[in-house]
Amino acid sequence: MGELRLMKGNEAFAEALIRAGADGYFGYPITPQSEVIEYLMAEKPHERTGMVVLQAESELASINMLYGGAGAGKKVATSSSSPGISLMLEGISYMAGAELPCVILNVQRGGPGLGTIQPSQSDYFQATKGGGHGDYRLLVLAPASVQEMSDFVPLAFDLAFKYRNPVMILSDGVIGQMMEKVELFDPIPRWTDEEVIEKNGDWATVGKRPGRERNIITSLDLDPYSMERHNHDLFAKYKKMEEEEVRWEELNTEDAEYFIVAYGSASRISQKAIDLARAEGIKVGLIRPITLYPFPYKVLQEKVQKGAKGFLTVELNMGQMIEDVQLAVKDNAKVEFFGHVGGVIPTPEEVVEALKTKIIGG
Amino acid sequence: MAKKVQGYIEIDKEKCKGCELCVVACPKDIIRMSKDVNGKGYHYAEFFNPEPCVGCADCAVVCPDGVITVYRARIEV
Amino acid sequence: MELTADKIKELVVKPENKVYAKTPLLTDKTLSYCPGCGHGVAHRILMELVEEMGLENDTIGIAPVGCSVLAYEFMNVDMQEAAHGRAPALATAIKRLWPGKFVFTYQGDGDLAAIGGNETLHACNRGENITIIFINNGIYGMTGGQMAPTTLPGMRTSTSPYGRDTHMMGNPLKMTEIVAMLPGTYFVTRQAVHTAKHARKAKKAIKKAIEVQLEGKGTSFVEIVSNCNSGWKMTPVKANQWLEENMLDYYHLGDIKVDGKLVKEIV
Ligand SMILES: Cc1ncc(C[n+]2csc(CCOP(=O)(O)OP(=O)(O)O)c2C)c(N)n1
Ligand code: SF4
Ligand SMILES: [Mg+2]
Repeated sequence: MGELRLMKGNEAFAEALIRAGADGYFGYPITPQSEVIEYLMAEKPHERTGMVVLQAESELASINMLYGGAGAGKKVATSSSSPGISLMLEGISYMAGAELPCVILNVQRGGPGLGTIQPSQSDYFQATKGGGHGDYRLLVLAPASVQEMSDFVPLAFDLAFKYRNPVMILSDGVIGQMMEKVELFDPIPRWTDEEVIEKNGDWATVGKRPGRERNIITSLDLDPYSMERHNHDLFAKYKKMEEEEVRWEELNTEDAEYFIVAYGSASRISQKAIDLARAEGIKVGLIRPITLYPFPYKVLQEKVQKGAKGFLTVELNMGQMIEDVQLAVKDNAKVEFFGHVGGVIPTPEEVVEALKTKIIGG
Repeated sequence: MAKKVQGYIEIDKEKCKGCELCVVACPKDIIRMSKDVNGKGYHYAEFFNPEPCVGCADCAVVCPDGVITVYRARIEV
Repeated sequence: MELTADKIKELVVKPENKVYAKTPLLTDKTLSYCPGCGHGVAHRILMELVEEMGLENDTIGIAPVGCSVLAYEFMNVDMQEAAHGRAPALATAIKRLWPGKFVFTYQGDGDLAAIGGNETLHACNRGENITIIFINNGIYGMTGGQMAPTTLPGMRTSTSPYGRDTHMMGNPLKMTEIVAMLPGTYFVTRQAVHTAKHARKAKKAIKKAIEVQLEGKGTSFVEIVSNCNSGWKMTPVKANQWLEENMLDYYHLGDIKVDGKLVKEIV
């Protein structure tokens, strides 16, 4: 059993970075995730593991620091909230293009614009469909507990290096700010410089090595045929992610006729709603996508094949993930959305009501 | 027999872009632009009179494309 | 003995007499620069120094967006290509994560002084132990000769076709003087490469900049006032004359800060 602590989600993420052997964190304060950098600064990770922590001048700088660090073969991470992630999209697109591994936490708040500091899930499209310019995908993990804010960090690093792709942990203000008991994993030592060279020296700029050509990190290719090939290679990689990395969780689905599809904090509310609905005899279960990209389309399709009668997506936005659910379900069953925005949190009772009126009775 | 410092330059004419900066840089005025053009269509630089060359390398130092190699030796005359 | 051209060649052209040749740290790729462009000279002296100082395997360079976006095709060391203006952010992380490497950025004036102004200022202000090579040609070369923050008053560009009107467009930005004022910079200098004399001096300055980094003293910053004969719409020879007569009149050459102390009055 690992060390138990009562922590905020943001703090658990920060502690997990140190324990996961991250080499560098670069970030800029923004509510509701400033605890990440505050925790890191207070913890002096440089003394604990040698990890570098730097408060950058902007999110533009933070993400480009990640580009540099990742391009040099190191484990780097940043965190921000929605407006800051918008600024980072430049660097995220470049990193996807240059195939650089990194971990980016988005503790979502409401928009558009400066919006609100209250929790939201309205960056779903931005996170899962690309976000920045060009054709690319991020691997997107959606934690639903403080525990997962910690556990997903080493997982995210593993996936980032396995695919040489940025991984986004798409959280929200609820998960970032709430306190829960968390079991911390045992520290993973940072890679030594020799290990970095051994693991990543064939592509990263770690200094030229005798016996190999220089390494170049770039997203530029002016030859149209070669650039087209690069795009196809990226999409072959994304296809592999779709085949191998889909993660999800099911609750009360064995006998379910109806399904709530929700991730992150909305899935926590939906769990409670399912308890309430089940008490009334409604056979409803929860499907919680853990990877939002790749999305568990097949899981939903299997439910349809087994006779699912309807799907309700519950989101803290105006209805974004519902488009992926519709893509999976097509016209084979009813698909509806329920949610709130602006920082208003749906209640379990409202969710049950929506289930009844929009799916069962509708 | 007297000794003198003798220079000599070689110009990779296919890589020359004909900017003429070496012509201006040469203190001995012994580089000129060829009337012919190279494969890229540039009038390339031409070392037309080696005798006064002292191998100062000024031409090579200002050449943006690094196409000039410079030699220098003390020879007997 | 009559010294014919052939005889001289025979006597002098021997490997042991070679006094100047392109460094192997420049690749054999033909530079993508226009004829006479100062980028080529700046590339060469930088790579000569990396070779001469034995840093080939310990150098990580960063190319900008601008005409030198493809610097990584020419500089035969490990290189990263940054988003427009962000090179100092990349360099910050690389150097902090690999403190033993020589890390440099190579940036144009649009890249460094316009879109990347913030990254430049803050990297210098933090005293990042990196070397910034700043090629100031007073124009956006790559995109076809638009006005840069460094464009001289009255200078015609494709976006200031009647000359830069300082009332409307402000005055040329002297980034080098600005960063010299920041405590984080240790060595700040302005050089040129349009003549052999200037290029040799610039090489000495870049050498010092590299040494400052290797000694861990803070940011070293080398501006190179350069030409853009395509953007300026002049022949290379004419462009270098114009540079001498106009650019250098505004951008004064010489060291601005040495050993962490200002050595020149900033005007
Ligand atoms: C975000 C972004 N904005 C604009 C551009 C277009 N762009 C490419 S190079 C350049 C100007 C480069 O000028 P400078 O840095 O002075 O370099 P030079 O070509 O003169 O050497 C611009 C505006 C871009 N590539 N990216
Ligand atoms: S456009 Fe200007 S800066 Fe660019 S390569 Fe040509 S001369 Fe050099
Ligand atoms: Mg320029």
